[in-house]
Amino acid sequence: MTGLVTAFGSGAMTNSLDDIANDAQVYFIIGSNTTENHPVLGMRIRQAVKQRGAKLIVCDPRSIPITEFATLHIRQKPGTDIALLNGIMHVLIAEGLYDKKFVEERTEGLEELKAKVMEYPPERASEICSITPEEIIEAAHLLAKNRPGALLYAMGITQHTTGHQNVLSCANLQMLLGNMGVPGGGVNPLRGQVNVQGACDMGALVNVYPGYQKVAGPAMREKFEKAWGVPLSDKVGITLVEMLNKAEKGEIKAMYIMGENPMVSDPDVNHVEKCLKSLDFLVLQDIFLTETAALADVVLPGPSFAEKDGTFTNTERRIQFVRQAIDPPGEARQDWWISGEIARRMGYDGLAYNSPREIMDEINCLTPIYGGITWDRIGTQGLQWPCSNAEHQGTPILHVGRFSRGLGHFSAVDWLPPTEEPDEQYPFIFTTGRVLYHFHTGSMSRRSEGLDAIYPEAMVELNPEDASRLGIADGQMVKVSSRRGEVTARAEVSGKVEPGVVFMAWHFAEAAANKLTIAALDPTAKIPEYKVCAVKVEAAA
Amino acid sequence: MTKVNITIDGQKIAARPGSTVLEAAQEVGIDIPTLCYHPALPPEGACRVCLVEIERQRTLQPACTFPATEGMVVHTCSEKVVEARKFVLELLLSDHPLDCMTCEMNGNCELQDLAYEYGIKETRFPGEQHTYLVDDPNPFIERDYNKCILCRRCVRACSYMNGVEAIGVMHRGFQAKIGTAFDGYLEDSPCEFCGMCVAVCPTGALTPKQRKGKGREWEFKKVTTLCSYCGVGCQIDLNIKDGRIIQATSHWDGPANHGWTCVKGRFGWDYVHHPDRLTKPLIKKDGAFVEATWDEALDLVASKFREVKEKDGADAFGALSSAKCTNEENYVMQKFARAVMGTNNVDHCARL
Repeated sequence: MTGLVTAFGSGAMTNSLDDIANDAQVYFIIGSNTTENHPVLGMRIRQAVKQRGAKLIVCDPRSIPITEFATLHIRQKPGTDIALLNGIMHVLIAEGLYDKKFVEERTEGLEELKAKVMEYPPERASEICSITPEEIIEAAHLLAKNRPGALLYAMGITQHTTGHQNVLSCANLQMLLGNMGVPGGGVNPLRGQVNVQGACDMGALVNVYPGYQKVAGPAMREKFEKAWGVPLSDKVGITLVEMLNKAEKGEIKAMYIMGENPMVSDPDVNHVEKCLKSLDFLVLQDIFLTETAALADVVLPGPSFAEKDGTFTNTERRIQFVRQAIDPPGEARQDWWISGEIARRMGYDGLAYNSPREIMDEINCLTPIYGGITWDRIGTQGLQWPCSNAEHQGTPILHVGRFSRGLGHFSAVDWLPPTEEPDEQYPFIFTTGRVLYHFHTGSMSRRSEGLDAIYPEAMVELNPEDASRLGIADGQMVKVSSRRGEVTARAEVSGKVEPGVVFMAWHFAEAAANKLTIAALDPTAKIPEYKVCAVKVEAAA
Repeated sequence: MTKVNITIDGQKIAARPGSTVLEAAQEVGIDIPTLCYHPALPPEGACRVCLVEIERQRTLQPACTFPATEGMVVHTCSEKVVEARKFVLELLLSDHPLDCMTCEMNGNCELQDLAYEYGIKETRFPGEQHTYLVDDPNPFIERDYNKCILCRRCVRACSYMNGVEAIGVMHRGFQAKIGTAFDGYLEDSPCEFCGMCVAVCPTGALTPKQRKGKGREWEFKKVTTLCSYCGVGCQIDLNIKDGRIIQATSHWDGPANHGWTCVKGRFGWDYVHHPDRLTKPLIKKDGAFVEATWDEALDLVASKFREVKEKDGADAFGALSSAKCTNEENYVMQKFARAVMGTNNVDHCARL
């Protein structure tokens, strides 16, 4: 998100699902396994390709379901996205194929970008990416000829130590093509969890209050101090991975975790366990006794999605209603009630709400982008932020006519290798992701009878060439190890991955891919490098 | 654009250019019965239930595919039309089990509704009936092709919604059957179990295994809400009976998904009823969890948090909010960290 703020002034998906599905002439999907991770959007893109002949470029090291529908599938080596994007932009600029009018009127910094991408002719870029120069040239030509084009990405772009720069690079490409602020265009990060957009919007982030209002500096702090009736800290907080590290050092003493499972979701989970065990006091609020909850001192039972009223904000910034269909089981209570009660017992009455509606009323007052998204206006179709007042109809497309920051900003971005590269001891590139039938740490999907029946265990994807060299047969149990840990799981020998690359989905606590991943962070966005580390593979004893 | 003037059952209608007779009729509320037609799918013209009489046309024409043209005069319930419709329904029922009393779709079956409307108790055409085995071990979709009327809605859903084209029409004539390549199991086909075929099936041929024996259609209360998995924000209808979710069905007005779902949205909600659900607060004593009252648990948490804040300072506390929780819950959590604890150490797994 930090990358989009730098480039455009606003860190969210720029376009809407409908215009992406209906108006894009070309899709540029990089680092998104769309049909498995955002299946309904994946279905809509498939239809765009099938029914109206939209072009589809998929840049992904793996062969994923959507690549079957691709006009062009580029299999760049994991961790080389910037080289690939710079290579494509080199062709666009060198051949004069970019949108000169748009660049001139709406952007700044072209000269710096030009200078940088000139260092990445297709020959050099393709060598870094282990692809051919022709693929880069073809991608550039497809993008130049078919406009508007929508760029879609997900964690394949962001989960790198260069995640911030990867995003800048995507923004550069779309500005160069003039694909911003138009239906069927945009830079579209696909949010992977039901309300990850809303959690960000609501200020569940270390540096901003709800609505991305900065905690540093007096202006916003004073506004919220007045509203909440207490003095507030203007010191930017520390992120999840940093919290864990500080817990290990004894600097974080207590944690309150609601509906998260870092014991499966975070990089290097052996280390996570050590950190969480170092805490003096850990409170978990969840619907299951997750791997993380098992380490807690107190566990508080909350409601599932079917047991609560409220709103979720989807990937296209649309606020929609969640409606309570059944009662929570046993004595489980509403999350907002639980937190409010703890606050009340600590002497603070400002969290004593009677309903989600009351909370939304307060959000409306304090959060300009949600100002007009009131309980009475959300209705059946929802509203897309920014929506500042009761007359505003919401914003389906961002940056129309003008970027949030004024001019769009090109950033010259260099490719840097991942933190941990394969070597003799750990010769494979290890990369992680999800599968269609499961979600996240599996705490929900693995407890769904059908989903767990159809996809019951973790698989280690291995190229046939590597498998035969290692004497590993399809379906055989293998041990995968990194400098941080090891897991045992079943081998799936197929051409889904290229030689030298190993893939695992991370939903499976018993074979947790995140025992192997590295807790190296992007210095700006603080996102861990889940997509690249080094491992070795051997037949399990 | 100029409208197309047509007359249906004596009513003069200005239809949108390009619309079919069926669409023109629907727009003014004239009901023409359909089976293979589905508003979310391209028309097929397979079932012939929507036959209408169009003046100056030699034969009856299917309203779902016949374009409305200027000056056209249509009769939707003339004697000829009603006879033809009954004939079509009788033919369909001649190869359809009359086991509505145990059928999952009883009360939500378009064939049943039409048989009721046209008073067809039994068919005049006793003859050979299919006796397909109901045999597909996949965990999600029951496939009973004895109840299939070959409307091809499922085939179109698989092609025009999902896109993988896992199923098609095999063979011709009486042997025609919907199947995967080589008529195997869905799990051995490209099927992704999005369930759109189930959503559009007009009879009991395709039903969710989850709901089997769990209740009749009229017992369900439908609650429109959102799927709990990815960020697309698909609206779904949870069907509730006696405080339990029985099935999830398509909500066709959802702005992000327009009724489409994936396997997780349609079939993956059952974790809600898993026996592992936490039902009481737990406090760890001597390494093991023991059940506690809310008062005990909340007082303990409040006193420990206060102790940390006073002894070690606000920044010795960290809160993790959740991308699976609502906006309101997230707002409360960050406000808790900031206003109650006095720290900005609040995060969630946006990056994971």
